[in-house]
Amino acid sequence: MIKNLKFIIFIILSFFIFFIFLKGLDKPNNYLPEKTLNKIETSLVFKSLNNQEEILLEELINNSNFSIINIWASWCVPCREEHAYLLRLKNLNKINIIGVNYKDKRSNALKFLSDLKNPYSKVLIDKDGTKSIELGAIGIPETYLVNKNKVILKKYIGPLDNLKFREIIELIKNETN
Amino acid sequence: MKQIKLILYIFGFTIIFLNSLKAENSEMVEKISKNLRCLICQGQSVYDSQSDFALSMKILIYKKIDEGKNETEIYEFLKNKYGDWIVYDPEINKNTILLWVIPLILFIFGGILIMKKVSIR
Amino acid sequence: MINQIGNYSLYISLIASFYLIFQSSILIRNNFKYLDSKIFSVLSIQLLMVLISFFSLIFGFVNSDFSNETVYNNSHSTKPLFYKISGSWGNHEGSLLLWLLVLVIFLFIFLINSKKLSTKYRLLTVMFQEIIIIGFLFFILFTSNPFSSIFPIPKEGMGLNPILQDPALAIHPPILYFGYVGTSIIFSSSLSALVCGSINKIWAEHIKNWIIISWVLLSIGIMLGSIWAYYELGWGGFWFWDPVENVSLMPWFCLTALLHSVIVLEKRNLFHSWIIILSITTFLLSMSGTFLVRSGILNSIHTFANDPSRGVFILCFLFFLILLALFIFFIFHKKNSTSSSNFYLLSRETSILVNNWFMMFFLSVVLIGTIYPIFLEVINGSKISIGPPFYQKLIGLFLIPFLLFMAIGPNLKWIKSNFNKINLNQLVILIISLLISYLLVRFYGSTFVLAIPLFALGFFLFILTIKDFFFKDSKLSKKISHFGFSLFILSILFNGVFSKEFSSNMKVGDERVFMNKIIKFENIKIIEKSNYKSLLAEFIIIDNQDIINLKPEVRIYNQPKTLTSEADIASTIYSDNFLVFNVIKDDGYYNVRYQYKPLMMWIWFSIILISTGGILGYLKK
Repeated sequence: MIKNLKFIIFIILSFFIFFIFLKGLDKPNNYLPEKTLNKIETSLVFKSLNNQEEILLEELINNSNFSIINIWASWCVPCREEHAYLLRLKNLNKINIIGVNYKDKRSNALKFLSDLKNPYSKVLIDKDGTKSIELGAIGIPETYLVNKNKVILKKYIGPLDNLKFREIIELIKNETN
Repeated sequence: MKQIKLILYIFGFTIIFLNSLKAENSEMVEKISKNLRCLICQGQSVYDSQSDFALSMKILIYKKIDEGKNETEIYEFLKNKYGDWIVYDPEINKNTILLWVIPLILFIFGGILIMKKVSIR
Repeated sequence: MINQIGNYSLYISLIASFYLIFQSSILIRNNFKYLDSKIFSVLSIQLLMVLISFFSLIFGFVNSDFSNETVYNNSHSTKPLFYKISGSWGNHEGSLLLWLLVLVIFLFIFLINSKKLSTKYRLLTVMFQEIIIIGFLFFILFTSNPFSSIFPIPKEGMGLNPILQDPALAIHPPILYFGYVGTSIIFSSSLSALVCGSINKIWAEHIKNWIIISWVLLSIGIMLGSIWAYYELGWGGFWFWDPVENVSLMPWFCLTALLHSVIVLEKRNLFHSWIIILSITTFLLSMSGTFLVRSGILNSIHTFANDPSRGVFILCFLFFLILLALFIFFIFHKKNSTSSSNFYLLSRETSILVNNWFMMFFLSVVLIGTIYPIFLEVINGSKISIGPPFYQKLIGLFLIPFLLFMAIGPNLKWIKSNFNKINLNQLVILIISLLISYLLVRFYGSTFVLAIPLFALGFFLFILTIKDFFFKDSKLSKKISHFGFSLFILSILFNGVFSKEFSSNMKVGDERVFMNKIIKFENIKIIEKSNYKSLLAEFIIIDNQDIINLKPEVRIYNQPKTLTSEADIASTIYSDNFLVFNVIKDDGYYNVRYQYKPLMMWIWFSIILISTGGILGYLKK
């Protein structure tokens, strides 16, 4: 009797473990945290690229309904690839696009923007990369779509592409309604 | 003369003190960054990694220590941004209590089994 | 052509498996007393087929036959010959073929070496092993075939990762696999002995050899992996409690427990059921390891790139084996009257039981630490990391009593020891050890809380195992292995507690002072090699009169575009001086890391000692 009970317990335990592992296989295996933060850290103060004035991120976000915070650098190859989408977003929707220049030389950053055109209403400097970490970023390029209330609607790790571009437009449309 | 000597002494001690603080701070940065996972590397700690993320992280930790934050506060701060899994040491909370407790329970269980088999003479 | 040969040989092996299972079951049912020669011949054919298949794959790699998808993905025409060959088993499909080969080879050797045992037992072992072989054949043929063709035939292969072109890394998998797969024979023969009811001293003697072989090869395999990590990967560590590393350690704990328990079976005819449970668990851990590493369920720096559909297959196969083992165990397990007799607290049987107890604890810590994140994520959605601090805390803490028991246990007498065996001598040595370790930690300084007790018991074990060499009353193999283990613990402790490191950004001409040594960055040269650009840095370390020259290197490869950091290590019997540098964005500056690592060589040496004890035990038949 006891023997049978032990046996049944083991069988049940085995099936339980089996199903957990089976489900576990479905889980995405990547390291990238998709959305841990809900709100963006706006109490950060940055120096601006143009004239070294100090800007509080909160003020920039408060001023428009939707903002895009895009972390980039002149030495980052994928940032060049996604630049066109940022320009399109600027022209299309008049969203406030804020750039965060990451670990870059001022002259190189300015040259990048004059060569490829400037989609940013303001460019903020993150010289040592710590402010990007305070924003919750793990690398570049990284883009946040936030609303007026500092809520992160979507976070994109990696360069923007057509799909993500369309998604941004959709999200803005949905939020406005 | 005596006043100059005094000022020099205070100056000297301050430098030594600051240097030792700096050394302590660096040790602290080392200790914390060894316990953090580099999120863009596969299986490396922030201490070991030379990636941009890791280097910036180390600077940030240093700044936070300078601000007076202690180890626990820094971990909390980072966990808020990146989730629990940036920290290698699983702290004891409702999620991880079983993790620490199951091996101990099994150990005690094993001990009981052995006690049953063994007679003390 | 070669691809077809390789492929069809596997199909023939599959047919052979079915035949062997079928024929064995008939022979068993009809109670044949002698092993039918057909069994032997068909097994030989199967072995031949798998060998042909394996060598076909190697042939494909050596000839850079890029019509074969596996060769295309993992090789390159400019790879040196040695690495072309080792590349054939360094990928998912090839490594499975290696698993299969070892499964068949070991079964073949088993059949030859088991002539003194009953026919029923031998046939049942063949049956169980063939079930495993069929599982692997299905897995290979239908999900991971190393002989799939691509058309059009590419001109060049993709596999030129320089980190993988290293001698230690080339032989680490085969040796490790021999260790892993050896546990399959232990599994099959244990189930078989259970069904036959022949778990006894004769069987113990026979299975002990297989256990030793598996254990020695697994130990050396793990050591080679750590050596590679230390010398090649440039972070100065050799063990990271990474899931793939843990997966190799878990069967090792089981095998150690099994090795000791089977000695009790041999000497005192005890632990029958427990040994079967251990045998089953060891092999299932090896299989689970295969699942965890190849299915993509775990994150690791080591995992083969894989897809979850393969994971489903292995998972199902794994649980089929678990259910099979459970069924057979519960049906055939008898409560032996002798095995339920109690034994005395102070006896060698009890100390081996204590060894098993701790081995199972360490196993559970590593197992739970490795799979807990999966469970948590499925049940709860949260993702946590379990890294070195967890393992170090739990294992470190419980090592303290374990070392104590290991010091006094092995010399207790069989059946019963008298209390005064725990004599004054040992107490004195313990106190001396405590004193030495207290002074050591106080003098050199450490904030590690467990340092003093761990060192104390490490020294205690060390002294007692040395003392054993002067008494003739036990086997040399045991003395060497136990001494090797105490050396291992001490070297890990010294290395872990007293290592010092230093990291700083330096440019050429810079000097730093660290630990009363001067570290000087003399020079950096750029050398163009055939397939990479080498940045060779020259450093001197001046320590009073001693001058150490170190030349770490950064290699910039073009195909594929990778950067590797090659550390330079100056090893002596006292310590290793480890230096590595990395390129950083600041022009002219490099990030330099120097580590002083005491007793590093002793870690490897002690593992070799432990294995030597095992080999000695095997040879003394």
